[in-house]
Amino acid sequence: MLKYSIKRIILAVVTVFIIASITFFAMNAIPGGPFAKEKAPEARIQAVLEQRFNLDKPLGEQFVLYLRNILQGDFGISLKTGREISTTIFTSFGTSAKLGGMAVITALIFGLALGSIAALNRGRNLDRTIIFFTTLFVAVPSFILATLLLLIFTNTLGWVSAWSIDSPSYVLPVIALALYPMSYITRLTKSSMLDVLGQDYIRTARAKGVREQKVIAKHALRNALIPVVTYVGPLTAYILTGSLVVETVFTIGGLGTHFVTSINNRDYPMIMGTTIFLASLMVVMTLVSDLLYKAIDPKISFD
Amino acid sequence: MTDFSVDKLPKKKPFSLQQDLSKFEKATPEEKEQHDVMRESTTFFRDGMRRLFKNPLSVFSMIVLLVLIVVILVAPLIVPYGYSEVIKVNGKRDRQIVNLRPFTYSPMEQQAMEEGQTIFPHIFGTDELGRDYFIRVVYGARVSLMVGFFASIIVLIIGLLIGSISGYLGGKVDIIIMRVVDIIYSLPDILMVIMLSVVLNQVLGDSLQGTVLAALGTNMISLFIVFGLLYWVSMARLVRGQILSIKNNEYVLAAKALGAGGSRIIRKHILPNCISVIFISTALQIPSAIFTESFLSFIGLGVQAPMPSLGSLANLARGGMQIYPFKMLYPALGICLIVLSFNLLGDGLRDAFDPKLRR
Repeated sequence: MLKYSIKRIILAVVTVFIIASITFFAMNAIPGGPFAKEKAPEARIQAVLEQRFNLDKPLGEQFVLYLRNILQGDFGISLKTGREISTTIFTSFGTSAKLGGMAVITALIFGLALGSIAALNRGRNLDRTIIFFTTLFVAVPSFILATLLLLIFTNTLGWVSAWSIDSPSYVLPVIALALYPMSYITRLTKSSMLDVLGQDYIRTARAKGVREQKVIAKHALRNALIPVVTYVGPLTAYILTGSLVVETVFTIGGLGTHFVTSINNRDYPMIMGTTIFLASLMVVMTLVSDLLYKAIDPKISFD
Repeated sequence: MTDFSVDKLPKKKPFSLQQDLSKFEKATPEEKEQHDVMRESTTFFRDGMRRLFKNPLSVFSMIVLLVLIVVILVAPLIVPYGYSEVIKVNGKRDRQIVNLRPFTYSPMEQQAMEEGQTIFPHIFGTDELGRDYFIRVVYGARVSLMVGFFASIIVLIIGLLIGSISGYLGGKVDIIIMRVVDIIYSLPDILMVIMLSVVLNQVLGDSLQGTVLAALGTNMISLFIVFGLLYWVSMARLVRGQILSIKNNEYVLAAKALGAGGSRIIRKHILPNCISVIFISTALQIPSAIFTESFLSFIGLGVQAPMPSLGSLANLARGGMQIYPFKMLYPALGICLIVLSFNLLGDGLRDAFDPKLRR
């Protein structure tokens, strides 16, 4: 276990490093420096600016400096707003993290519950209904879902108020974010639950006279959870990228909105910083999910 | 022909183990009939297809896709408007033709119709620039399907090649390839797609001008490049896993003993045995590529401007959502229908062709 953890952690660190270097060198391959824009400043001013941002140094050295700054939490300065990127990231990330966390919890709770219900009622109408809707929801892109929810519940029916900083209403964004992973988890739970219910130890438990609820909760669901744990990594990735569009649709001032704005503004340092930040987050979550998986189920070997 | 009737056989020697045929009865015609081949022997492929056509959901999705493809191919031949063409009446610019509702006409068109002209109805209305929306949705669906299809083909080719090399050769080559795969696998795909799109947009920029690729736009090219760079890994893993499990079978050993070379063994013995699994995961790749494309279109990294895709149409429609909800509806329905059909078809294919997953 220790050996495996160390191996995975090293791989994660390497991955983050690779992401940082791909991002850095790709962004630097874009022709024209950040100050060679519409109105080019005087050569002298440009030289000072380049010195200030280390642009006069060779690319390799710039990369080392950039990495060192990132490790100290300094992502540079946004080209559009002139603010510290790290401030923007860390202040807006709170909102996104809250939204994402709620979506993850919603998706997990409802996905597990619906999946178990579907598995226990296999072949009945309840199962068919659940599977029908989850199949349907997997085919709806999150931005369309978000737009439709906004149109129906906020603009037409007026049930849910629009997002504002003073009274944030998380309901619709959470639904828009969580519906796809919820459907996925439902299907995953159903198939793994069916698998487990056919196992000998479930029959043994029933034969011993263990109450049905206990059989389900203690013997079946616990073992059926294992495949779901592996989905935590992809789930985080989905929620993070989904939040880019969902936040934009609901005009939530989270990290996703800032990222999309910076893409449209071609604000390269901001794109770079946010990409590295989000990517590292995803790598960490995948690492956590893999380690959890290994801890829960020692039978699994990854080699 | 030698006569094998019981009486004419030579006498049985005392200690011979020869069967005494006189103790056997001849089979009656009815009994012989039981050994007739009652039904034609079927191949794996035909068996799978039979199962596929028995599954109502897959049949439904195939019909939907077929209808969509026919519409996509036929509609541009029937509808007299182009996807980037601003509709003119009698060669004159019509200012009131923008944002028409489905099956309505602008005053100028109505006048022209009263004068005896026939004007093709705007089935889905028109957009904010006065372009026929139906043909834009049709072209959008075409672009989205093409993106999904080509992206999957790219993934298939690269994944197949690298996966089979890695799985077949094994040893050091395998270890190195698998480390690379591990690392690429852990890169967050969507973020990388976004970043490379941003970069390639600037880098490729004008160099595409005048080529065939220019119509697609740098964003689509970068989408394909990114698919080619990143998405092949899961395919490669799948192929490698399949090959590793098939490689040790006796028939591969037999082929080797007969002197078959590596590429022949891969092509003739290994690939046919894992083709169904590969085929299915390619089919499932298509909706994911369509999803990615619509996502990119949404954040402003989609196809080049006059060219529509379902994602970019849906994104454009968000602006006038409350007044013209139908403009959102058609592309949204299009995406959902296509993705749903491919998902169902993929599930059906998996149930039909993958005996290991059958319950």
